Parts: sequence; structure tokens; C-alpha cells
Amino acid sequence: MVKVAHVQLCSCCGCLVSLADTYEKLLDVLNSIELVYCQTLADAREIPECDIALVEGSVCLDDHHSLEVAEEVRKKAKIVVALGACAATGGVTRYCKGNQMSKPVHSSFSPLTEVIKVDLAIPGCPPSPEAIVSVITAALNGDMEYLQPFAEFAELGSEACGCDVISKVVNKSLCMGCGTCASACPTRAIEMLDGRPNILKELCIKCGACSVQCPRIRFPGLIEKIE
Amino acid sequence: MNPFGAYKKVVSARSTLKEVLKKSQDGGIVSTAFIYGLENNLLDGVVVADNAGEFQAVPKVATTPEEVLEAAGTKYTVCPNISVLKSAVREYGCEKIGVVGTPCQVRAIRKLMKYPVGFRHVPDKIALVIGIFCMENFPYNGLKLIVEEHCGVKMEDVVKMDIGKGKFWVYTRWGETKTVKLKETHPYEQIACHVCTDYTAELADISTGSVGSPDGWSTVFIRTAKGEEIFNKMVEDGYLEVKPIEEVKPGLGLVEKLALQKKEKNAKEIEHRKELGLPVPY
Ligand SMILES: Cc1cc2nc3c(=O)[nH]c(=O)nc-3n(C[C@H](O)[C@H](O)[C@H](O)COP(=O)(O)OP(=O)(O)OC[C@H]3O[C@@H](n4cnc5c(N)ncnc54)[C@H](O)[C@@H]3O)c2cc1C
Ligand code: SF4
Ligand code: SF4
Ligand code: SF4
Repeated sequence: MVKVAHVQLCSCCGCLVSLADTYEKLLDVLNSIELVYCQTLADAREIPECDIALVEGSVCLDDHHSLEVAEEVRKKAKIVVALGACAATGGVTRYCKGNQMSKPVHSSFSPLTEVIKVDLAIPGCPPSPEAIVSVITAALNGDMEYLQPFAEFAELGSEACGCDVISKVVNKSLCMGCGTCASACPTRAIEMLDGRPNILKELCIKCGACSVQCPRIRFPGLIEKIE
Repeated sequence: MNPFGAYKKVVSARSTLKEVLKKSQDGGIVSTAFIYGLENNLLDGVVVADNAGEFQAVPKVATTPEEVLEAAGTKYTVCPNISVLKSAVREYGCEKIGVVGTPCQVRAIRKLMKYPVGFRHVPDKIALVIGIFCMENFPYNGLKLIVEEHCGVKMEDVVKMDIGKGKFWVYTRWGETKTVKLKETHPYEQIACHVCTDYTAELADISTGSVGSPDGWSTVFIRTAKGEEIFNKMVEDGYLEVKPIEEVKPGLGLVEKLALQKKEKNAKEIEHRKELGLPVPY
């Protein structure tokens, strides 16, 4: 049995809803994993030793508990997964621009990737249930080839942004105008103009979904196997 | 070098639907498959490239055969079809979606099916992926320049464009035909096409193009079980006429030649980019 923990830092629960939203797939996964820690779904007070920790949310630098939990997760888990934009890049905790002031202030939040070493990061706000299941399944099977883009995204950390599709794809003459980035964006921060993405920076929360999804940055060979 | 990718069967085919043949680019395979799918409940929405006037292309979710017909025919310009895929699920509530796209767009679809990071509840609703052969594409301004400057035809007067026999063809509503040698159109190509090594949409369920088959017919690769199932049903129900590819002219040899040409030329461009230290998709 593989031991999995779900740990929540400063977040909105959206990633947890996404995790729970895997319906029957979650049951499949649960048959091969033991959910050893999850404040909402399991009855455990302390984070136990585990194989995989899915961590959602960013770390509040003004709250020592938050920092301690982050460090504890790193000690207890073999694989730490930054689940979703807040943990991976800061997401809305850093970049939301609604008309309500966040408390504490935006500058107080650091993505997990800036606080501890994270092995894998799943972009998106929230990440799709399918992506969560795929990552857990690949981790269970030790399918490092599949996980490689998530490992790279973990290293990129808070550097990810909608501008990546401009600087890494459009500006490098690699964009062929498929529109995947626009469709992937959870905040509709991307519109297609003359067959190219245009980033509305007021709306971008730097979740990283667009650039991770773009087939012109990364096209792992295993995608070619279609049947 | 494998020219076509994996496939189960390749044939030459043509629609039997008159209204399709009137509007379609070639044998009308794409529009017929979508109409068949919608009429027989195999699909409840399809993503197509609509003509937004003067051959500008806009992606559209079509839910009726009439809308499919309106979007028939090739627009030789970039049309970000995948950008509306999520709204097909969210706004149109489709559960069985058909998508048509150029080979690069088909690749984008396969990537989002395997790595669905920004596509919650979308991959399981993609019911049919049709790819169209593609050598290169043009930004709209490039296309307009080819038509207006090189062919001397106003965009508003164009009823059809085609690429074949080494030329770019423009047909006007006055019944005129103008051509320009493909060599002269190369400068206006989308540069991103030069790192693309897929000619026949190798990752689609069904891919189709004009090359290889006689005028008005299409060459069709059936690649997956899903593609095979719907294709066979269409033939059984009399929506398509089919001929063995060996019996038509110019035949598969020409498709192979062009597919290999694209692969070799663009593989060189990829190497060249690497030498310059420029990124390539990896
Ligand atoms: C840029 C481009 C280059 C092509 N190059 C070749 C080639 O080198 N050799 C070859 O044999 N065939 C090529 N084709 C394919 C060919 O032009 C026809 O699209 C194909 O044969 C299908 O014809 P049909 O009669 O079956 O489809 P139809 O029934 O006419 O339907 C065509 C479908 O394609 C969609 N479509 C039209 N334009 C675009 C676009 N720009 N992007 C995405 N979808 C679109 C339409 O919405 C429609 O649903 C190219 C197509 C494009 C768009
Ligand atoms: S996803 Fe498609 S449209 Fe967006 S940047 Fe990449 S290639 Fe361009
Ligand atoms: S543009 Fe959209 S998908 Fe890209 S990083 Fe910003 S919010 Fe995320
Ligand atoms: S040549 Fe390749 S990249 Fe260019 S439009 Fe065609 S399939 Fe897309």
C-alpha cells in the first residue's frame, strides 16, 4: 500500500474539491493507496511518514505554523507534490486582483516551491481531477517519463506565467496557433488575436496551465502512442 | 523514415451527400463524418473552422448539420480550433465532441488528452478526432497578400482556394481561376510550420486530404478503433463511396513523397535551429 497525504496550507479548497472530483477514479486510486492524512476526508491529527504528499496552497510567511507544516511535509514525505497554482507558483494568493483586499497581504504568501524542495508540481487553478489521477497513478507506477514535465514545472516554481507562451513560443516562432493555451486558462486571461495568444495580464494568476499545456514547448514522446 | 505514422487502412473516398459535395473542399469526408455523427447521436457537437467572411477563419462549436455545412471548405489560414474545445463542454454542454484540425492541432488534442492539466472533464468527451493533411499554413495577412497581390483578385470575390500540382489556386465568383506558383507563396508561410514534421495528422482517429486521390475525392487514413468504427458505419449506411487506394490515381505514392519531403526538410530546420541555440519542441 502506498501512503498518501493531502496537506492544506493557505488555499481555497479548490484543489481538494478537484481531488474529490475524480469520482470513481478516486475509488480506483484509493484501492491502491492509503490516504493517511487529509483534514477533510481522514481522521489524523499529525502528518505521518508517507510516500506521497499532495500539498495545496501557499505558505503564509507571517504565520509560523504555515512554515512549520511545510518543513514537516518535506521531512515526512518521500515525494512532495505541489498541488495546483498556489502551491506551485503562488496563484491567486499572490496574484488575484479582485476588489477585496486579501488578508494578510499578497506579499505574505510564498508558493511551496519557494520554501521547500518540491519534486512535482501540477499547474492549474484548480488542477483538473484527471491530471491529479494521472500524476498519482504515474507516481505509483514509477513512470518517470510521464512525470518529467511535472518535475520541470516544480523546478520552474513561481517563474511560470502566461507571458511564457509569448516569450517561449510566440517570440521564438514556434506558435502555430492551435489555441490550446486559451482553452486551458482558468481565468480566461488569454484571447486569440490573429491566431496568436494575447495575455490579459490583469487576469493572469500565473497558474502555469497555458505553458505546460502548449504542445510547442513540450511534446513528450509518449503522447505519440495513441492506441 | 515512416511517412504516415500508424494506421489500420487507407482508402480513397467521397461523400454521397449532394449538399456536402457542393460546399466541401475535396471528397467531403470531414463534413459528412460530422453530419453523420450528429444525425446518429454519435456526436452532439463538433469543433470546426467557420468562414468569418473573406476566408478569415474562426473556430466554432457546431451542433447542427447546417452549421457543419456552413463551415465546410478549407481556409488556408490559422484557425485556433482548440480554443473553443472547453466551451463545447462548458457552454454547449456537449458530451460527445468531434474535432477537426491540422496535424499540429491534432497533436495538441492528444497532448491535452494525456496531460489534461487545464482541461477538467474534457478528455473523456472527445469522441472523434479528424485530422486534415497539411504542408503549411498562412497567417491571414500573408494569405490576403498572396490572393490580392500575386493573383490580383479581391478577397471578397474569392469562392474557393486550393493547393495542388505545385500551385496555389484561387477561384472567383466570376468563374475565373488564378494561380500562383507555390514557390512564390513560401515567404508568407507561418514560420512555426517549419518545425512541423507531420503531414498526414498521424495522431488523428481519421485523417484525410486531397493528395493521392482524383479531384473531388479524398485520401483517408483510418488509424484507430474509434475511427474505424465510425468510418465503417458511414460506409454501411451509404454516406460514403469508397475505392481501394491502389485503384486510383495518382495514388499513395504521391502522399508518401510529400510526407517524406516535409519530414526531411523540417527535420533539417529543427537541426538548424538547434545549432543556432534556438528552442524546438521537445
Ligand atoms: C492550412 C491547410 C493546409 C492543407 N494542406 C493540404 C495538403 O498539403 N495536402 C492535402 O491533401 N490536403 C491539405 N489540406 C486539407 C484539405 O484542404 C481539406 O481540408 C481536406 O481534404 C478535407 O476536405 P473535405 O472535403 O473532406 O472536408 P470538408 O467537408 O470541406 O471540411 C473541411 C473541414 O476542415 C475545417 N477547416 C477548414 N480550414 C481549417 C483550418 N485552417 N484549420 C482547421 N480546420 C479547418 C472546416 O471547418 C471543415 O470542417 C490542408 C488544409 C488546411 C486547412
Ligand atoms: S498552445 Fe498553441 S496557440 Fe498557445 S502558444 Fe502554444 S502553440 Fe501557440
Ligand atoms: S494566462 Fe491563464 S493559464 Fe496562463 S498562467 Fe495566466 S492564468 Fe494561468
Ligand atoms: S504545417 Fe504543421 S504546424 Fe503548420 S499548420 Fe500545418 S500542421 Fe500546423
